[in-house]
Amino acid sequence: MSKTPPDLRRPGVSRRGFLQGSSVVAGSLGIAASAQAQAQGETEPDSAARTIRLNVNGTSRQLTVEPRTTLVEALRDTLGLTGTKIGCNQGQCGACTILMDGIRVNSCLTLAVMAEGVEIVTVEGLADPTGDLHPMQTAFSENDAFQCGYCTPGQILSAIACIDEGHAGDAAEIREYMSGNLCRCGAYPNIVAAIEQVRDSQQG
Amino acid sequence: MKNFTYSRPDAVGAATEAAAADGATIIAGGTTMVDLMKIGVLEPDALVDISGLSDLEGFEVGSDRMRFGALAKMSTVADDQAVIDAFPALSESLWKAASPQLRNVATLGGNILQRTRCPYFRDTAFAQCNKRAPGSGCAALDGGHTNLHAIFGGSSSCVAMYPGDFAQALVAFDAEVSTRGPGGTRTIPFAELHVAPGDDPSVETVLEPGEIVTGITLPVIPAMANSTYLKARDRESYAFASASAAVGLEMDGDTVRDVRIGLGGVAATPHRARAAEESLRGQALTEETAREAGRIAFEDAEPLDGSAYKIALGADVVAGALLQAKSRMGGE
Ligand SMILES: Cc1cc2nc3c(=O)[nH]c(=O)nc-3n(C[C@H](O)[C@H](O)[C@H](O)COP(=O)(O)OP(=O)(O)OC[C@H]3O[C@@H](n4cnc5c(N)ncnc54)[C@H](O)[C@@H]3O)c2cc1C
Ligand code: SF4
Ligand code: FES
Ligand code: FES
Repeated sequence: MSKTPPDLRRPGVSRRGFLQGSSVVAGSLGIAASAQAQAQGETEPDSAARTIRLNVNGTSRQLTVEPRTTLVEALRDTLGLTGTKIGCNQGQCGACTILMDGIRVNSCLTLAVMAEGVEIVTVEGLADPTGDLHPMQTAFSENDAFQCGYCTPGQILSAIACIDEGHAGDAAEIREYMSGNLCRCGAYPNIVAAIEQVRDSQQG
Repeated sequence: MKNFTYSRPDAVGAATEAAAADGATIIAGGTTMVDLMKIGVLEPDALVDISGLSDLEGFEVGSDRMRFGALAKMSTVADDQAVIDAFPALSESLWKAASPQLRNVATLGGNILQRTRCPYFRDTAFAQCNKRAPGSGCAALDGGHTNLHAIFGGSSSCVAMYPGDFAQALVAFDAEVSTRGPGGTRTIPFAELHVAPGDDPSVETVLEPGEIVTGITLPVIPAMANSTYLKARDRESYAFASASAAVGLEMDGDTVRDVRIGLGGVAATPHRARAAEESLRGQALTEETAREAGRIAFEDAEPLDGSAYKIALGADVVAGALLQAKSRMGGE
């Protein structure tokens, strides 16, 4: 079996289907595709765009991405969900923080093809359908926990996860466990206050 | 980012085979890989995503051994109560690294194999970098800034520092890694996994093409229970070590029976300070002997202009970590 997957160049082929065909199980699709590739004298590997499904804010969305497309690019550029921000694009600032299966991650260092089958939550998915804000959004607004607002979507998702993880015990622990989210405007004290407010209201 | 083919095998054997192909590279959490691919430092033709190998996610802390699957996440292991109780320095070396978001994705296997943060390695605008482009020279040694560089283990080809924290706890406590490659499985002492830069700094480990780290094992020793990881850095959180120490102590009354010291932020490969350990065995642990151990740990350092500050800082960190480990035993 060839170690280099054949070039399917065919939209609509899912990653798993492609995988099973090329390197794991010789499914009918893969055999047909490699025969086609061989007939054309092609050994070009499959780096072409493929269709994947992402579950974003409770809705399953179909989109076409290249293997190199990062998750934040897919969310912003393909799905139009521009609430998630790109700051450093290198894992250093946290502006791109989203939740994957409830866990906070930097979407700039995740490939979109690696996010299939995962429940993704972005800032657009926090308010309930009637438009009522998530308690963390309300607390950010009540505590003036932002100035320009660029870091805010990432801060809010990170803050929700920080409490869920049990890392919001006191102000020092909050600061340590929010250190993955930088704020150019220096709203840190008010961000800590917002998180304490939500933590206390959840306990009460 | 240059495009690549992507596969996600669901068996270790298939993954090794795919990863052994020319131009293929393994990706686990991707926090090093995606970063370096974006900035053009790495340009693999094929990415083999091993994150689907769920057998490699588990870990267990037994009474005589601890075993960690290569795909266990940094955050999960750092927060595990059994790990915190049995080997606090290991947990601390993980949670004092990177950020919560990164630790949620980053795997232990990827962590030990993370790449240097040398700014010239990371910036392709600099043509000279023997690690990135073998034979091209070294921008750091050729008049560059050397403040983030190694004071142990460098060569005239490369003085890049190994930046990881977790590895320092592993190297000082006799860890081993298990691997599976196209040629079968093997066990490698952790201290022999990384290789010094020598003439060819592009070779960083003894791993063969396609060889996958499957797990990390440590024998449980008494010094683990009284251990700490002290990390000095430019800011209080979310920064690489300027100098750090993973230290563990076993006392016999007032004298040191066993002591382990791993040093981060200072060496080309994970670094164990054996001479400093030796100076303490059979001695009382006082501020004076701790400071002396710190001095001995850096006796053989070979700093460059920019990295000379690491000697005094590192000696303080070693002494501080030893005293912290002792105070944790209630022996203050
Ligand atoms: C902003 C930032 C700050 C950071 N700060 C710190 C810090 O303070 N301290 C610290 O220690 N680290 C720090 N890191 C590094 C981080 O810990 C590593 O990037 C991470 O642990 C790598 O794990 P991963 O699973 O994401 O690896 P990947 O990026 O997937 O892989 C890393 C390397 O290991 C190889 N690989 C991965 N898994 C295996 C395996 N099982 N077998 C064989 N090869 C494998 C890959 O081919 C690649 O070469 C930081 C990273 C960033 C981006
Ligand atoms: S120190 Fe090593 S990694 Fe840095 S520029 Fe020189 S050769 Fe490259
Ligand atoms: S944009 Fe992802 S961490 Fe900065
Ligand atoms: S509010 Fe401006 S960056 Fe945080």
